[in-house]
Amino acid sequence: MYRDLLLVAPELFLTLASLVLLLWAAWGGDKAAKAISWVAVACLAAAAFLIPAETGADAVAFAGLVTSDLFAGFSRVLIYGAAAVALLAAAGWFGRAGDYKAEYPVLVIFSAIGMGLMVTASDLLTLYVGLEMQSLSAYVLASFQRSDARSAEAGLKYFVLGALASGLLLYGISLLYGFTGSTMFGDIATALGSPAEEGIEMGRLFGIVFVLAGLAFKVSAVPFHMWTPDVYEGAPTPVTAFFASAPKVAAMALLVRVAVEAMGPVADAWQQIIIFMALASTILGGVAAIGQRNIKRLLAYSSINNVGFALVGLAAGGQAGASSVLFYMTVYIVMTLGSFLVVLRMRDADGEPVESIASLSGLSRTRPGLAAAMAVFMLSLAGIPPLFGFWPKFVVFEAAVRADLVWLAAVAIATSVISAFYYIKIVKIMYFDESAPAFIKEREPIGAALILAAALAVSPLGYLAIPYLTPLTDAAAASLF
Amino acid sequence: MNQLDFPILSLMLAIPTIAAVACLFVSASAARAIALGATLVDLALGILLWATYDVGGAQWQFVEHVDLFGRFAWALGIDGIALMLIMLSVFLMPICILASAAIKDRVQEYMTWFLITEVLMLGVFMAQDIFLFYIFFEAGLIPMYLIIGIWGGANRIYAAYKFFLYTLLGSVLMLIAMLWMVNYAGSTSIPVLLNTDFPAEAQTWLFLAFLASFAVKLPMWPVHTWLPDAHVQAPTAGSVILAGVLLKLGGYGFVRFSLPMFPEASNQLFWLMMGLSLVAIVYTSLVALVQQDMKKLIAYSSVAHMAFVTIGLFAFNRQGIEGGLIVMLSHGLVSGALFLCVGVVYDRMHTREIDRYGGVANNMPAYAVLFMLFTMASIGLPGTSGFVGEFLSMLGAYQAHSLVAFIAATGIILGAAYMLLLYWRIAFGTARTPEAAAMRDLNPREFLFMAPIAAVVLWMGVYPESFMAPMRKDVGILVERIARAAPAGDAQLTAGTPRPAADAHVAPGAAEGHDTPAPTGAEEAH
Repeated sequence: MYRDLLLVAPELFLTLASLVLLLWAAWGGDKAAKAISWVAVACLAAAAFLIPAETGADAVAFAGLVTSDLFAGFSRVLIYGAAAVALLAAAGWFGRAGDYKAEYPVLVIFSAIGMGLMVTASDLLTLYVGLEMQSLSAYVLASFQRSDARSAEAGLKYFVLGALASGLLLYGISLLYGFTGSTMFGDIATALGSPAEEGIEMGRLFGIVFVLAGLAFKVSAVPFHMWTPDVYEGAPTPVTAFFASAPKVAAMALLVRVAVEAMGPVADAWQQIIIFMALASTILGGVAAIGQRNIKRLLAYSSINNVGFALVGLAAGGQAGASSVLFYMTVYIVMTLGSFLVVLRMRDADGEPVESIASLSGLSRTRPGLAAAMAVFMLSLAGIPPLFGFWPKFVVFEAAVRADLVWLAAVAIATSVISAFYYIKIVKIMYFDESAPAFIKEREPIGAALILAAALAVSPLGYLAIPYLTPLTDAAAASLF
Repeated sequence: MNQLDFPILSLMLAIPTIAAVACLFVSASAARAIALGATLVDLALGILLWATYDVGGAQWQFVEHVDLFGRFAWALGIDGIALMLIMLSVFLMPICILASAAIKDRVQEYMTWFLITEVLMLGVFMAQDIFLFYIFFEAGLIPMYLIIGIWGGANRIYAAYKFFLYTLLGSVLMLIAMLWMVNYAGSTSIPVLLNTDFPAEAQTWLFLAFLASFAVKLPMWPVHTWLPDAHVQAPTAGSVILAGVLLKLGGYGFVRFSLPMFPEASNQLFWLMMGLSLVAIVYTSLVALVQQDMKKLIAYSSVAHMAFVTIGLFAFNRQGIEGGLIVMLSHGLVSGALFLCVGVVYDRMHTREIDRYGGVANNMPAYAVLFMLFTMASIGLPGTSGFVGEFLSMLGAYQAHSLVAFIAATGIILGAAYMLLLYWRIAFGTARTPEAAAMRDLNPREFLFMAPIAAVVLWMGVYPESFMAPMRKDVGILVERIARAAPAGDAQLTAGTPRPAADAHVAPGAAEGHDTPAPTGAEEAH
């Protein structure tokens, strides 16, 4: 029992910490919001140190409900890191209007606990509990600016569609339970691997399809992506930055684990679904973004596009595929958080946030540093070498080529040219166009430092990290098999 | 480590990189000085490289290898072909910096991007790891996109998009082919891949994937349409680099990858390559004839000249390949110089329309002389660099198939037509506008950046051996490698008896590499 508790130590610690912070928020009020944020970041950092590094049978806790292996550990590091950045970015953004509430950091931590559960789940019910915990916190976060109609709309939309997706997922879980007799990933895999009668076979397939549909909603893969642009646009920008990073990693890691551990023996059944979602996401995420005028909507389509590329790695299957997905998500959250950190800086002369892409015009003249950072993130998201965003795409396509899916790699990489168009359009607007009114200059040393760190990480210097990052993702992926 | 005991190739990449970063933090005039200094240091290092290159020695020299990136390596090294293209790049760069005096806006950024372009171009020629090659190859898009887009002409944004997306679409498929090859061969090292025999049925696909990339870069008909737009809109120095070096990346790719790695496919697709090249020669020459815009005319002539490169390379014999390589070098110099000539008058008149000029020879005699020299070199007059390359290229093509040589020869006639027409309309007669009559002759700075090119054009035309000697052994290796797939050819040539007198023309130290003296006797005959 003690050993089981140690395996979920980060979640336990964060739970206790968030409850204490909640009490502090209740008594300290919004004045304490900034301090609570800092403590919350410290708690996330501390939780990262509590992540166990067990492998194999040692990593299984609570009789198989939870598996805290290296894969879960690696994902949790990314999740905590992204959550911490979202917290740091929020304090400065909300703060000036006086609408920063002390609940914000607490909700982010709740969400992080849920995501921790998602990536450690090796049982469909643990998975569901984790997912709901993450989602419920996210619904509240989306509508955090209560007085803002767009924010409230985003929260409601997210909630309704999220509830629908949860319903799909639960229905799928019930079907899988009914036709395989278990909710544990291992048992489901064993049952799926054994031959079954006609009717049973069909029932299992339905279960798989519904579970994948529910999870596809969470990673916002086409055709379950519709909520993404609206929610990203409406939610407060720091919340959008959070949505685009940590929950994406959690949901993607979860999808990989379910696909590999629970549905591994019937890879043929889900591979075509994943391939379809991958290509549909890369194409739609590229084409639909071209006409956008709002930078947050554009980044929403960009995240759909990127999820498509990560799914190419999952479609490739095997250890190399899982490793490539993790690598992709690692670099992706740096690029996307960096882009949102720049968006957070977009404020007009009165200090009001602006979101139109046109307001970036001529940014390279008024704010050369900010424009350079944004250009680095955009070209990196486009996957143009020598920026580091090229490498995750490389890893994913390499996995696909090794799995004899050369055609998939070729089609997916061709669609990346579509998305390159709108990324270079942003660069064009910042560098070639006449200047729009300049953004207000504010001293935000933390934001500036985070932007600089992210830009350096995805600059060509990032290649030096490959020899350190690749063994980590490989080891994490190996623990799934 | 190498002949010089220090990593000269890395140093040649590091100096412009550091200078590029430094340019961002200084004043405009200091940025110009830093850029000029860095490119001149690179030129000096390039000369040192050429001087110490062991002609006829090891195939790969100045080799560096550091396992820096885990999955692929920082592996550099050059052979004679790469050496010559590196020399072309480092030679043109200081000229480009000097020719950028008309740039007054955002000078620091401009110099930064030019220096970055130099790093990436040199990196392409030096890379010995296929993925390092790809990164350098692809990365060149970003600086050129910004150079065209920020400092270009009126329609620069359209041209910048077209340049970026065309070349990107071409390149991405090459990456998939590279992944497949590395997966098959189990190594990312280019020298290893060069000696890997890929299955013939896969070669066709791999060849086509590489062709998609190199054909856009070269550019070959019908994917050449980005070039006139990009050239016309780019600033003068941008056009020089685009025509002088970036187009050579495509030709270099054919020599380095397509031919030696996929010889069977090269043979199988012989008529595709020749067909596209011949269409390019005739069609783009005709298009060049009717251009009203000087830069556009030279841009179309570039497409036609680059088609001589592919004709030579895919002739599968020594004359053709050497000819193709010399055309690349010669075209790099000549078209760069022609764009500079256009830039000189453009800076005075701010128009590229041919009809606005005329009678320039009266008031700009020095300019007219240099312009005449480069026009003649572009036509391929004996004694200039253009002749050597095009002649060898057609000699090689004749051995491969006489029809190819026949149609290619018409391109030379058309080339003479459009270039002489251009020269006549600009330099002779009387000025059509008072502004044209009032233009002043070359100033010392302009003379300084045109004269060295003129000297090298004549040097290459009169004594091409200097440039051919370093490449001879590498061409020999290439010819040997592709011999098994060479097409039979319809000309059925029989080699004559080699003339011993030819030895007198061979540079010291190059004689060993000279393994087929019989047909190459022709190249020294003029």
